[in-house]
Amino acid sequence: MNTTAMTVDPVPVYRRLYWALADAWVVTRRHLLHIPQQHEQWISATVQPIIFVLLFRYVFGGAIVTPEASYINFLMAGIFVQSVVMEGMTGGIGLAHDLKRGIIDRFRTLPMAPSAVLAGPIVADTLRNLFIIGVMLALGLAVGFRPEASALAWCGAIGLLLATSFAVSWIGSVVALLVRDPEAVQVMAFVVMMPLAFASSAFVPVETMPSWLQPIVRHQPVTVIVDAVRGLLLAHTTGAAPWQALAWCAGIVAVCAPLSVVLYRRLARE
Amino acid sequence: MGAHSPAILARGVVKRFGTTQALAGLDLTAEPGTILGVLGPNGAGKTTAVRILTTLLRPDAGRVEVAGFDVVRQPDQVRTRIGLAGQYATVDELLSGRENLVMVGRLFHLPRAEARRRADALLERFGLTDVAHRPVKTYSGGMRRRLDLAASLVTEPQVLFLDEPTTGLDPRSRLTLWEIIREQAARGATVLLTTQYLDEADQLADTIVVIDHGRVIASGTADELKDQVGGDRLDVTVAAESDLEDAVRALERHATGPAHVDVAQRQVSVPIRNVPGLLAAVVRDLDARNVRPLDFRLRRPTLDDVFLALTSAPAGPAGDECEEAA
Ligand SMILES: Nc1ncnc2c1ncn2[C@@H]1O[C@H](COP(=O)(O)OP(=O)(O)OP(=O)(O)O)[C@@H](O)[C@H]1O
Ligand SMILES: [Mg+2]
Repeated sequence: MNTTAMTVDPVPVYRRLYWALADAWVVTRRHLLHIPQQHEQWISATVQPIIFVLLFRYVFGGAIVTPEASYINFLMAGIFVQSVVMEGMTGGIGLAHDLKRGIIDRFRTLPMAPSAVLAGPIVADTLRNLFIIGVMLALGLAVGFRPEASALAWCGAIGLLLATSFAVSWIGSVVALLVRDPEAVQVMAFVVMMPLAFASSAFVPVETMPSWLQPIVRHQPVTVIVDAVRGLLLAHTTGAAPWQALAWCAGIVAVCAPLSVVLYRRLARE
Repeated sequence: MGAHSPAILARGVVKRFGTTQALAGLDLTAEPGTILGVLGPNGAGKTTAVRILTTLLRPDAGRVEVAGFDVVRQPDQVRTRIGLAGQYATVDELLSGRENLVMVGRLFHLPRAEARRRADALLERFGLTDVAHRPVKTYSGGMRRRLDLAASLVTEPQVLFLDEPTTGLDPRSRLTLWEIIREQAARGATVLLTTQYLDEADQLADTIVVIDHGRVIASGTADELKDQVGGDRLDVTVAAESDLEDAVRALERHATGPAHVDVAQRQVSVPIRNVPGLLAAVVRDLDARNVRPLDFRLRRPTLDDVFLALTSAPAGPAGDECEEAA
């Protein structure tokens, strides 16, 4: 032990928590202030799900048979979850950019909470996803989507979508801190998230898939979340599904958020 | 706090990147309220040292304390007391200059009004008031640099680290920054400044440390370092590049050390001991070789001479060799 370095009283937990939240808000605000400068990103983030809705509604939809609901009613839950999952990784791409550009160095020389640096963009992305969900919903209604959800079920469905966005964003942070390169994060997002989003119940009923694939698809998180959202929007009696979906989100955050903070702290060990 | 310990203390600091030994037992000390100038050629380890002192990088070995706190074990204590303007600007391109500074203040946990007050004062001080509300991506290189320097001062740090702060600044901005650095020291802050401009170290630094290959090779005040080189310098500028070789031969006969040739300026510079009759002899020798000097100048050594004498690599105005921003 070094005896000359000064010692200080530890900061109480509630004060740390207060400042972690306050810092996270300042960083969230930074990302919200970016919005006017990022119209391309916003346009592409909105146009992609719109194209998906129209493609699946009018091009593929005719070939897909859904026993319990019209295809557009079946489809919307899948489109919501798929776009939230793919969009969730953009935060990771942004973080990788920040790591390269050095603004993270500025944060790391300030006495702020590491969790705030990571949570700020995630909260901002979650808010952006809320906007995109609204746009898609309006479009869905225009092309024949007829949900039968109660107000409570609506809140549940949107809450679940935002929880999914939040959870996927933490995966994006872990990936960004591991590879620290925006292009590499983009590739990872495509290679991992794309199959997860499509090999699910998002666009086609699981029963139409080969029997060996069905058990995998049925239990992977995207299917669980899609089924839960669909159940809520179409007033199915889905039992525990929303809780299972929420448990997946909570589990992902419980693993990825602390892992991101550990990786962030390890940036000093090059 | 920290009145009895140095503001900056590094002992035997080692840092390796793969097979590159960036720091090989670096020692630094700066007393509170002083300006420490760190000189060294490209790749000497200046940026690595600054990154370790500012908690961005962990040393592999050695002891490092800033403002009396251990950078590895008490990083948050260090972070509340330091400011850093790194070699590459660390500002948000999409925010305006003012938004950047206010954000730094808020993350330092200043009340909103105080963060704004300091931001506006610094924008004014650094001549950025006119562009305060424009996104940083529309700034020129020098404006961005000044904003980054302003960001390092928002927290009114006790110890300030500036890694090549005047690189890319125009002469007026450079003088303003010199003034600001002196003000910081006058209010009691300790400043560590790396630079490639040796006159800058000469003008500002109380103590100068020259590092090369990750280790201190000389230290002292500017005058002490100049005395180490000893004697006087003779600079001769010739009319044509083809005359350089003859000029070197003529001058080396009278020099006390090797000649430095600046081809672009067509100038030869040698250390000499100015004994009576020496200058006349030099002129005769140049004449004998048919070399016509355009300029013939005797002077005291500068820090540039110290630098060239001590380090193997030449000192360039900017680091363009090792641009690994990590
Ligand atoms: N992240 C890194 N990965 C690998 N090598 C590195 C890294 N950072 C620095 N180095 C190496 O460490 C050595 C010291 O680099 P450093 O950036 O500290 O030099 P410097 O004195 O700041 O140079 P300059 O005057 O060019 O800015 C160099 O050989 C450099 O290549
Ligand atoms: Mg450097």
